[in-house]
This record gives sequence, structure tokens and C-alpha cells, in this order.
Amino acid sequence: MFRSPRGVANWLDPSSTLGIMAVAVALLMIGGHFDLSAGVMTGTTALAVGIVAGEFGQNIWLAIGVALVVALAVGFLNGWLVTRTGLPSFIITLGTFLMLQGINLGLTKLFTGTVTAGGIAHAPGYDAAEAIFASRITIGGAQIRIAVLWWVLATVVASYVLLRTRFGNWIFATGGDDVAARNVGVPARRTTIVLFLTTATAAWFVGTTLAVRFTNVQANAGIGQELIYIVAAVIGGCLLTGGFGSAVGASLGALIFGMTQLGIVYLNWEADWFYFFLGAMLLLAVLANRLVRRYAEAARR
Amino acid sequence: MTGMQAAPAVPGTPLLELRDVGKTFGSVVALDGISTSVRAGEVTCVLGDNGAGKSTLIKILAGVHRPDRGELLLDGQPASFGAPRDALDAGIATVYQDLAMIPLMAIWRNFFLGSEPTTGWGPFRRFDRTLARETTRRELAAMGIDIRDPDQPVGTLSGGERQSVAIARAVHRGARVLILDEPTSALGVRQAGVVLRYIARARDRGLGVVFITHNPHHAHPVGDRFLLLNRGRSMGSYAKGEVTREELTRLMAGGGELDELAHELERPE
Repeated sequence: MFRSPRGVANWLDPSSTLGIMAVAVALLMIGGHFDLSAGVMTGTTALAVGIVAGEFGQNIWLAIGVALVVALAVGFLNGWLVTRTGLPSFIITLGTFLMLQGINLGLTKLFTGTVTAGGIAHAPGYDAAEAIFASRITIGGAQIRIAVLWWVLATVVASYVLLRTRFGNWIFATGGDDVAARNVGVPARRTTIVLFLTTATAAWFVGTTLAVRFTNVQANAGIGQELIYIVAAVIGGCLLTGGFGSAVGASLGALIFGMTQLGIVYLNWEADWFYFFLGAMLLLAVLANRLVRRYAEAARR
Repeated sequence: MTGMQAAPAVPGTPLLELRDVGKTFGSVVALDGISTSVRAGEVTCVLGDNGAGKSTLIKILAGVHRPDRGELLLDGQPASFGAPRDALDAGIATVYQDLAMIPLMAIWRNFFLGSEPTTGWGPFRRFDRTLARETTRRELAAMGIDIRDPDQPVGTLSGGERQSVAIARAVHRGARVLILDEPTSALGVRQAGVVLRYIARARDRGLGVVFITHNPHHAHPVGDRFLLLNRGRSMGSYAKGEVTREELTRLMAGGGELDELAHELERPE
């Protein structure tokens, strides 16, 4: 069952949306920062789509555009505050995380009178949006969510940027030592801001996917996911201290996450054990990372 | 990027010259009345104990600080650096103690950090990795640095090797004047020797080198002129041959102070 085409399609599904986020979060972590607002931002963007398209009955592409503007604004705010103040991004994005959580609930109640925004399927343009964000394609007799393709694409593009472009070099350098990087002419501030915009864009993409797929959105969507993204990135080899990691690793982390989540179900175990395994894998990954770092920094001074 | 070794306008004109330069921070006089010059193919050593004003002097040369008094001449022309970038554009490269290297990144990635060569165009403009690797290998070899594999992280290099890579990088980026901030201070005897050899190599390639140190044993063999600093003031400027290593050591410790100390430390009879 687990290895049948349908089984594979099943565990690829949760891996895909998580994977898109994990890749973006991994880039940011390699660049030396965290984005705790990334999880709730998938909810914010999904709700924006739900309210504009569902409640106001606007064209869904307008709604998706509004969601993108909102996400980029939050991402820019995060990046700008982090680079301006020099405070840990952990604290700054914790702040925006809590603010967004409040805004999500407050605005959803204000506009809909309930804690869900729905009716997205009736918005003009929904069919086209569904084809792009939520359709299924048949591969080997199994129906695979299109998000899986976007996930693969995101991993390929992120790996290319990291390893093959100047910007990738700047990401590693900014995360490794931002003062040293700036001293040799790396635009470290700009790099950081672009990375926060990247996690915001990924959150917008995933939020839109969820809104289009489920056609109604709960006001608490996405909360708690931010740590799962970080877990996936760390399992995939990203150092918490920045400067090291890979996009492929983060995707593998997301894949392991999906396989474990569904594997437990297939084994007929209690799903409650899932978080135990997740935690155990995180610890193992961090211990392995420590060895890598020791190797790389073991200077023969 | 390498072809910036433009000859000075008048032969014998120093690449960089300080005339009576001073700098004050609030009520603290960090530097006062400092004059020295840096010529192509020569090493100017700046010696001084902690708090002598070496860092302030570097920062003036590197464009981090502007002098409050005196003049800075570049190729004989008065110059003023508003930012480190200006100094860099004028061919003045500073290798700081932290080296501006990222330990977890490969040598070739560090070598081109901030000035990566690219190939292709538009969205396909990418970091030319082949060129970067090859150039790194070649430039390090030209400086006589034997690196096993340019793909290894800088963190796996020894302190001396890291210094050498940083020096080679500055030379490759078209530096005419190389400012080295205490490059030998954290190194053992053999490693320091390696770095001194690269300083000599950079000098032989026609660069003007400013070598900042508190160790006269390192300065004396490689230096062409010596500027001694103490509490922000010049304690003398000497050309090679005018001063012995012992005299340098004595001057550095404040001359009489060392005799006094020796006297103080003697066993009571």
C-alpha cells in the first residue's frame, strides 16, 4: 500500500506544500535567519484569497494578487526590521507571527462574521486557478497533486540559485558571517531582505494552493507550521547558525515528514506518535549537523 | 581586474602618503602628527603597542575614518576617502584580522566573494564556477601557496594559509596598496614565516605594503621603512639600515620603560 502509486501519491501530498515552504525557509536559514511568521502567513494569504474572492465575490486572480501584495509587504517588513535593528530575526518574526495571528482572526470575523472565509469556488476565474494550484495529474495510474510538481520546480530553482549564482554565494556568506561578507562588498542587507521576501512568496503560493484546494479557510490556518518548516530544513542539513545547508536537503526533510506522517497511518499505529518521531529525527539531524560543522571548522590553527 | 598596477605619475612618487595626519574622537587624541609614505615594491611597517593608534591609522588609510588634520596623498595628489569603497576603488585593499573569509565556504567561493565572475545573460546569468576555480588555483599558485583542493572549506586551512589566501585575494582584485592588519599576531613561528614570505612576494610583484604589527622580529626582516607609534604619536620614522632589530624592540616598548621594567624585575641583591 505504502509503495503503491496511490500510496506514494498520498504521502507526496503533505510533503509537497511543506516542501515548498521548507525550501524557502532553508534558503533563509542558510542566510542566517528564521521566519516564524512563515506558517501563519500561509493562513493570512489563504484568508485574503477567501475574503476577497469568497466574501466580496471578486475575480479570484484579483484575490490572489491582493494576497501576494500582503505577503510581500509582511516579508519586506520582516527583512527591513531585521536588517535595520540588527535584532535576532527570531524575535522580530515572533512579533509579526503573533500580530498576523491576531489580524487573521480579527479581520476574518470582521468581514465574514464567522471564523472561516469560504465560497472561493464560486468566484469568477476559479477554474483557471484550480488548474494551476489544485489540479491533479495522472502519473503511473496514480493521481498526483500538481503541488508536487511545483515543489520539485521550487527545489530545482532554489538549488540552482544557491549553487550556481552570485546571489547564492551571497546567501552562504551572509549567513556565515555578515560583517565579513559586507567587508568584501557583499550586499548583505539586500540579500537578507530578498530572502524574507522569498519565504513570504512561498507562503503566498502555499496559502493560495490551500485556499483554492479546500475552497474555505479557517482563521487559524497555518499556525504552528513555522516550526515544522524549520524542522524539515534542519533534518535536511541546515545549520541553525546559518551559512550551511541545501535546498535538496530541505526537500528530503519534507519528504521524510510526509512519509512518517502517512507511514504511521499505514502501520495502524496511533497517529499521536507522529510528533515523537519528528522530535527524534530532529535530534538525530542536529547531532549529525554538529559533526559536519566540526569537520568544516576543525582548523589546524 | 588584475591590470591596475598603473605607474605613478612621477617616478618615485609614493603610492600613498600621509602628511601630519591627526584624528580626534571626542576629547581623545587617537592620532597626531603622523607622516609616512608607501611606495610601490616596498613594505612600510607600522609598529606600536596596544592603543598606539595602529587601528585608527589603518581605518584612515582604508577609508573608514577621515583624518581631522593633515593630508592624505594618493599618487602625489590630495585625496579623500568617504567610504571604504572609495579606498578600494583607488586600489587600496585592507586585509583585516578577521580576514573577511567565511569558514564554511569553499576557498574559491571565498576568493571571489562579493566580486563573482558571471557568464550567460538575463535570467541565466550565473556564477562562472569553472573560471572561479581555475583562477583561484592559478592565483594561489602564483603566490606560491600550495592548496590541495580549492573546494575545501576555508575553515580547514591553518591560520597562516588563511592569511595567505586573503593576501592573494587582495592582490588578485587589483590592489596597488595592501594594508595588512596584524597578519602574524595569532600565528606560531613557522606559520608567521610563511605569511612574511607572502608579504615579500606581494612586494616583489610591485605592490606597496603597509604591514601593521607589534612584533619587531616580524617587521625588521621584511620592512623597508618603519613607523613607530606610541599613544597616537610618532616615535620616529626610520628607513631600513637606519635601525637594528634591537633598537626597534627598545623603541617599541617605550625605550626607557623597558630598562626600568628590567630593573624592577631584577632579583633584589
